[in-house]
Amino acid sequence: MGELRLMKGNEALAEAAIRAGCDAYFGYPITPQSEVLEYLSREASNRTGMIVLQAESEVASINMIYGAAGAGKRAMTSSSSPGISLMQEGISYIAAAELPCLIVNVNRGGPGLGTIQPSQGDYFQATKGGGHGDYKLIVLAPSSVQEMADFVRLGFDLADKYRNPVMILADGAIGQMMEKVELFEQQPKGGTIPKPWATTGKTKDRERNIITSLHIDPREMEKINLRLQAKYKEIQEKEVRYETFKVEDAEYILTAFGLGARICKKVVELGREKGYKIGLIRPITLFPFPSKIFKEISTKVKGILDVEMNAGQMVEDVRLSVEGKTKVEFYGRMGGIIPTPEEILDYFEKIFLKGE
Amino acid sequence: MDESIVRTEEQEFLEEDICVAENLVYKKPKTLTDIDLHYCPGCGHGVVHRLLMEVVEEMDIQDKVIGVAPVGCAVFAYNYMDIDMQEAAHGRATAVATGIIRVLPDKLVFTYQGDGDLAAIGTAETLHTCNRGENILIVFINNAVYGMTSGQMAPTTLPGMVTTTSPFGRDVKTMGYPLKMTDLVAQLPGTYYVTRQAVNNASNVRKTKKAIQKSFQYLQQKKGTCFIEVVSNCPSNWKMTPVEANKFVEEKLIPFYPLGDLKVPKEELK
Ligand SMILES: Cc1ncc(C[n+]2csc(CCOP(=O)(O)OP(=O)(O)O)c2C)c(N)n1
Ligand code: SF4
Ligand SMILES: [Mg+2]
Repeated sequence: MGELRLMKGNEALAEAAIRAGCDAYFGYPITPQSEVLEYLSREASNRTGMIVLQAESEVASINMIYGAAGAGKRAMTSSSSPGISLMQEGISYIAAAELPCLIVNVNRGGPGLGTIQPSQGDYFQATKGGGHGDYKLIVLAPSSVQEMADFVRLGFDLADKYRNPVMILADGAIGQMMEKVELFEQQPKGGTIPKPWATTGKTKDRERNIITSLHIDPREMEKINLRLQAKYKEIQEKEVRYETFKVEDAEYILTAFGLGARICKKVVELGREKGYKIGLIRPITLFPFPSKIFKEISTKVKGILDVEMNAGQMVEDVRLSVEGKTKVEFYGRMGGIIPTPEEILDYFEKIFLKGE
Repeated sequence: MDESIVRTEEQEFLEEDICVAENLVYKKPKTLTDIDLHYCPGCGHGVVHRLLMEVVEEMDIQDKVIGVAPVGCAVFAYNYMDIDMQEAAHGRATAVATGIIRVLPDKLVFTYQGDGDLAAIGTAETLHTCNRGENILIVFINNAVYGMTSGQMAPTTLPGMVTTTSPFGRDVKTMGYPLKMTDLVAQLPGTYYVTRQAVNNASNVRKTKKAIQKSFQYLQQKKGTCFIEVVSNCPSNWKMTPVEANKFVEEKLIPFYPLGDLKVPKEELK
């Protein structure tokens, strides 16, 4: 059993970064995740020698990640919605140059400066690329403080394995709430996968290494795009993760990710007390999206209710997955409002049982 | 040699008496690749590339040096320099270099940037990198124009100078004044060595090389940010011949951007 601690989500994430052997963190303060930079500034350098630098902006921090990841190191940044928007050009370059790194978005309510309250409004931005060009991030959605810690290590491992940026898409509530967390053991700095492509200084025994995303010849550029797409397909085949809860006999399915899924677990329990056969599917990887389980279940259930803290974003992926074989309804709250289990159950009854 | 070819005496003289090792005054450094430079005839970029790679060869630091290319005409710098390099987003070279030097503190990291890259879109990164005193060399090619995107006004464009976006000459009242970034960064405590050089004639080329040599030595001693502005040219977008362009550098640019050291290490001041 690992070390047990009572921690905030953001602190658990920061602690996990140190333990996952992260070499460098570059970030800029923004609520609701400034604890990550604060915690690391306090803890990291004397424990593992990890570099922690407060950059002048999110534009600078994401490009520092590019440099450090290109030099073969485990690099990460964290921010919240407006800051992540500012990073998008850099993220596109990182995806194109195939640099492994970890980007954390502790999602707050938008659009614009919005609110510092929790939201899931950045689902589209996270899962559909976010910046310019055809690329994907691997997106992990934690729904507990425990997963805030565990997904840091998983995220770095996936990033290194596929040479692809990984995003942890959390929200303000997961970042701020305190829970018991079991911490994994200290891992070696920099991970274990060799990075012979990194710019570490050209030695006599090898050709020079170049990190770039520029390919002026369109035939070359298309080839690179095809290679990237093949990689994303492989990720879709091998890295889908999701959790199910009481789906075996379910007539209706709730689906939600992150914080929404925790609330929906309660809805399932409340509904079952009233005799409704409800289950829950919680996508853990938002890209790759767990389409198969939705497709399989679509012929066995009477309907799916997708619950999100936004205007309806993941619901599009659910609808694409079921290919019209069952009814997919949506319930959402926006602007930093967290829905209660009772209001979700009310909506469920209204839409599926009372046929309103 | 093919004996059957009939030669004039002059040719024999050229090949056998002049092209011998002891007469050799210039040779391409091994640290430049064999790929043909894409720069326009007379452009300063090629000269500065050569100087950088000569210094890397002479100081035997190929395995220590990591370069960062800009977005600008020098975007393909990594094709020509036989060293490890990263290509940064427009304006972000010094942030990328910060990422590299922080995780590989014993390497010698330099950025190579144009005036648009360094003094417009990348101003914040430039100032903050210098202000943190990152142990890197920043090579700033000031050609007073956006070369790559075909001749728009740059932050360094002279007052009254005609470009495609200042077709009636740069009017400082509406378009702002030329930004002297080198003067600005010389004020910051993080910079260790700040100098302005040029490559418009042989003597200036030699001085620029000296500045590059010194900078890499300072980086080896971990002294902080070294900053070399090279007042360069852009014959194509200035719509001049190479000779006219170098004359323009001499007569117009250098008087506005005077050459010389703006900050020299205290211990070297007599
Ligand atoms: C974000 C972004 N904005 C604009 C551009 C287009 N662009 C490419 S190079 C350049 C200016 C280059 O000028 P400079 O830095 O002076 O370099 P030079 O070509 O003169 O050497 C611009 C505006 C870009 N590539 N990326
Ligand atoms: S456009 Fe100007 S800066 Fe670019 S290569 Fe040609 S002369 Fe040089
Ligand atoms: Mg320029």
